[in-house]
Amino acid sequence: MSILLPDAGLLFWLLVAFGIVFFVLAKYGFPAITTMIDERKRFIDDSLQNAKEANARLANIKAESEAILQAAREEQAKILRDAAATREQLIKEAREKAEIEGNKMLAETKRLIEQEKEEALQEIRNSVAELSLSIAEKVLRNELSTDKAQQAYTNKLVDEAVAKRGEK
Amino acid sequence: MMRLGRYIAFLFLLAAPYALSASNNGASFDAAKTIFDHLKDSYEWHITTIGDKHITISLPVILYSEREGWAVFSSEVFHHSDTHRGFSIAKEGDAEGKIVEYDTNGNFVRPLLDISITKNVLAIFLNSLLLVVIVLCTARWYKSRNCSDAAPRGFVGAMEMLVTMIVDDVIKPNLGGNSARFTPYLLTVFFYILLSNLMGLLPVFPGGANVTGNIAVTLGLSLCTFVAVNLFGNREYWKEILWPDVPVWLKVPMPLMPFIELIGIVVKPFALTVRLFANIFAGHTALLVFVCLIFITMAVNKYLGGAMTVISVMFSVFMNFLELLVAFIQAFVFTMLSAVFIGLAHPQHHGSEGLK
Repeated sequence: MSILLPDAGLLFWLLVAFGIVFFVLAKYGFPAITTMIDERKRFIDDSLQNAKEANARLANIKAESEAILQAAREEQAKILRDAAATREQLIKEAREKAEIEGNKMLAETKRLIEQEKEEALQEIRNSVAELSLSIAEKVLRNELSTDKAQQAYTNKLVDEAVAKRGEK
Repeated sequence: MMRLGRYIAFLFLLAAPYALSASNNGASFDAAKTIFDHLKDSYEWHITTIGDKHITISLPVILYSEREGWAVFSSEVFHHSDTHRGFSIAKEGDAEGKIVEYDTNGNFVRPLLDISITKNVLAIFLNSLLLVVIVLCTARWYKSRNCSDAAPRGFVGAMEMLVTMIVDDVIKPNLGGNSARFTPYLLTVFFYILLSNLMGLLPVFPGGANVTGNIAVTLGLSLCTFVAVNLFGNREYWKEILWPDVPVWLKVPMPLMPFIELIGIVVKPFALTVRLFANIFAGHTALLVFVCLIFITMAVNKYLGGAMTVISVMFSVFMNFLELLVAFIQAFVFTMLSAVFIGLAHPQHHGSEGLK
């Protein structure tokens, strides 16, 4: 049964060949591969960890930005409200001022008109008085041109005065 | 399925003339001899025979004998004459197929040293070279890249898968803290056996040699594991063997337990040797038997032979698939058992989980 008996020459060459293969692969082959696989494994683990952290941070940032947005929106609303109030205020003030000014001007005008009217009335009164005087003078001069007429007129005036007294 | 069927039919057509020619001289066909000649080592590598022409690679014979001293010559000389410088290839006896010489008493004896480059040795060299090239190419891929680069695809990816499988599933669970020290050895063993097994399944020249189905080869590999186990075993391991924790009468007057433990040391590599050898040897034998069946039945009857051809080829295809599986499993088992034995040689504390 030569098949079950190991041949020394073959064993020798196998040990030589396997020894060389083992030496070469253990030095230049497998360590490079296993080291790299380990490193990649670690790298992947680290990357996963980092991704998880980044995700958490991202979620945080989202919440923060949401808060900032909310604040900004509130600020905006407030500013708009203030602006509206200010505008109302301004308009109201302007209106009041205009009213006061208008009133003032109106009053002044009225006063001026009144004054003018007064002056005009005065003038008219004066002119009327002068005119009536001159007319009366002319009438008197015309009516009392004779003695008789003067007499009659004097009588009439006396009568009138008496009548007036009697009425009292 | 249609295409596969047509392919198989085509193969039969190709095989038919050979089968017929075999049936012509089939009377002298000796199946057992054919099978064993294919399985055994030889001094030349017979590739194929076309008609009467043998295509053979002649290999160097390297001998040392008391009579001749060193003798180095090509195995081609045996084509021309049976004897060269007093050496001849034994045709029968224990050393059948091996080179022998006459000693002073006129008996055939083996030379003192026979380190000829035989078929299996050449196959070992070719496999070793191929393995070195494959692994160094793979390693070069890694050396030229960063750990942040994408994982490899294709062939390097397949190598990485195998390496990762062996390291994570076999080495680390068995060796724990010592794994870094033994990883290169165990990976080398795994790929060496796997490649040798697969090359043995190739039917043509660079493959086809029954390397891992040769007991010298498996013995050599087991010896490496034996050295790895016993050379690096720690104190606890040797204490377990020489002074195990058993009742004193089991070890003092008669060192019964130490004796059993010492047997265990030898049995472990022996089991490795025989397991790998037997599995691959049996696979090759089965494949050869299916081929030989064609020739045997052809010698009986052409029609029976034709029918047998169909069955044999189908079974050969099936066996080849099975052998692919066996090639992987045996490489894996050898590596796993080596890892277990090395792990057992590093018990951390007495009676810890590492010892089962």
